[in-house]
Amino acid sequence: MTEQPLLSVRNVVKEFGLRRTVAERVARTHSEPHRAVDDVSLELRRGEILGLAGGSGSGKTTLARCIVRLIEPDAGTIELAGRDVRAARGTELRELRRRMQMVFQDPYASLNPRMTVATALLEVGRVHQRPGAEDGEQFVRDALERVHLGAGLARRRPRELSGGQRQRVAVARALAAGPEVLIADEPVSALDVSVQAQLLNLFLDLRDDLGVAILFVAHQLAVIAEVADRVAVMNRGRLVEEGETAAVFGNPQDDYTKALLAAHPHPRPARMAS
Amino acid sequence: MNPLLRIEGLRVEFGSEDPPLVAVDGAGLTVQPGEVVGLIGESGSGKSLTCRSVMRLIPRPGRVAAGSIEFDGRDVLAMSADELREFRAHEAGMIYQDPFSSLNPVFRIRDQIAETLRVNLDMSKSKARAHAVELLDGVGIPDPERRALAYPHELSGGMRQRVMIALATASRPRLLLADEPTTALDVTTQAQILDLLMRLRTERGMAVLLVSHDFGVIAQVCDRVAVMYGGHVVEMGPLEALYNDAQHPYTRALLEAVPQLESAGHATRRPGIAGVPPELTDVLPGCVFKPRCRYAQPSCEAISMELAPVVPGHETACPVRPFAHSGTQSETQARAQA
Repeated sequence: MTEQPLLSVRNVVKEFGLRRTVAERVARTHSEPHRAVDDVSLELRRGEILGLAGGSGSGKTTLARCIVRLIEPDAGTIELAGRDVRAARGTELRELRRRMQMVFQDPYASLNPRMTVATALLEVGRVHQRPGAEDGEQFVRDALERVHLGAGLARRRPRELSGGQRQRVAVARALAAGPEVLIADEPVSALDVSVQAQLLNLFLDLRDDLGVAILFVAHQLAVIAEVADRVAVMNRGRLVEEGETAAVFGNPQDDYTKALLAAHPHPRPARMAS
Repeated sequence: MNPLLRIEGLRVEFGSEDPPLVAVDGAGLTVQPGEVVGLIGESGSGKSLTCRSVMRLIPRPGRVAAGSIEFDGRDVLAMSADELREFRAHEAGMIYQDPFSSLNPVFRIRDQIAETLRVNLDMSKSKARAHAVELLDGVGIPDPERRALAYPHELSGGMRQRVMIALATASRPRLLLADEPTTALDVTTQAQILDLLMRLRTERGMAVLLVSHDFGVIAQVCDRVAVMYGGHVVEMGPLEALYNDAQHPYTRALLEAVPQLESAGHATRRPGIAGVPPELTDVLPGCVFKPRCRYAQPSCEAISMELAPVVPGHETACPVRPFAHSGTQSETQARAQA
């Protein structure tokens, strides 16, 4: 690939200090800090969906948050279209964050319960001075349309929405900033399967229609299989395998990836398959 | 054979009497001795409440308003407090989704298990403690002597769920009610817990009612499956029949929405199910799935949601029957294989 990656993450490290136990405090020894993200490098190209898989505690969420500096990484470089994210300050950082928006797992927690959908969307438009934000109504209508929601929802508050609608609003809010990269941290894990399918289709539409690149964090391999062009697998803070989704799932090289795939509960009767 | 557990016409209500909010409406199912029955549905379908009703654990102000629950021929809903205690202690065990909140954080694992043994099985303190270690060993906890002295926070999620299983099965119940037992766990741990449940079932002939929202989990371990939607059981049948020859439009749509590993490499757009599940406040005439159903007909507003057999043992609540029944052959094959 000669094309320059849109987002490039190189050798990122994040350590968390552990509280010392009584014994360690008495003996005045220090315990080794926990490396939540250990020397991870990956690239996200324009218009692709990169799945980030791994068990709980593997560091995938920490990595996702490091990329937008919700957590400050300890080492490594992060570049968005050639601009150094870690060195950015003030206005420049805000602009970089506008270009990389996050969607979180729990749409119940990530939307302000007191704001109507329209207020939440407009706030993003105003803060980032998006074109069209002056004409509130149209801006909101466009934002909702992008996630296949009707304008009728604009005046509702989060509690008046279903789980799937809430997550769509969360995606709409992220898109209202006009990002090139979406970092979606377990965006469908809290949803029922019938609604989950609709949301996965939405992510595919965003990639195809808007050309947004998506880092799609999920613990369910089957969900990643449905949407991701490439997949990266993390275990204990390290990136253990990366490649085209079909290649990695069809012919895994790393033992941890193999174990994950072997443990995957296939939704078809085991006794029939064997 | 008489079923070990028989639920009929179960109705669970919340809120005021007039009109009540109906969370479970006319649900029925059976579990045979030694059988693993799956209860699958999306959130709010009433699957957990149905499961909890068996233990009479419906949280107030909820109530069982109608229906019957029979365990081995005895009426669970009519049991006195003493009988209920005996029933919960010896006949049925229950494990929950969250092994983090079901163990007491300030007691050692050994003492929590020993307390159960002393109260339910009348063991002496020292004998109960020794037996607690044996039970931990029995659910595959490595180094059980040391782990017995641990507090819950010192164990991983999978280990905690093993402790819960040891507790729930300590008095060798004939029925284990498992309410989303692996939902909070990683896939690798999930596979181990499912293996453990199946081992207990084989070793002891213990029946399991497994509540789950995950078709993958259900497919791994169940003999028969009941599908719930909007408080009703909409379809019930042998696992293979349900997967290969689902007769209710909801079951089909749900199965089609399940993501598959095999999609890797060719991004897949699944239809999902249009619309949203009914709220408790929605009172729908006839079939509760009608507003979201591709095959709905005007007559669907007049149906009773009662299960009717497609073939013996495979029942659906959909009288429209939009799908040709094709499974007889594969079903017999499956039975022959099993």
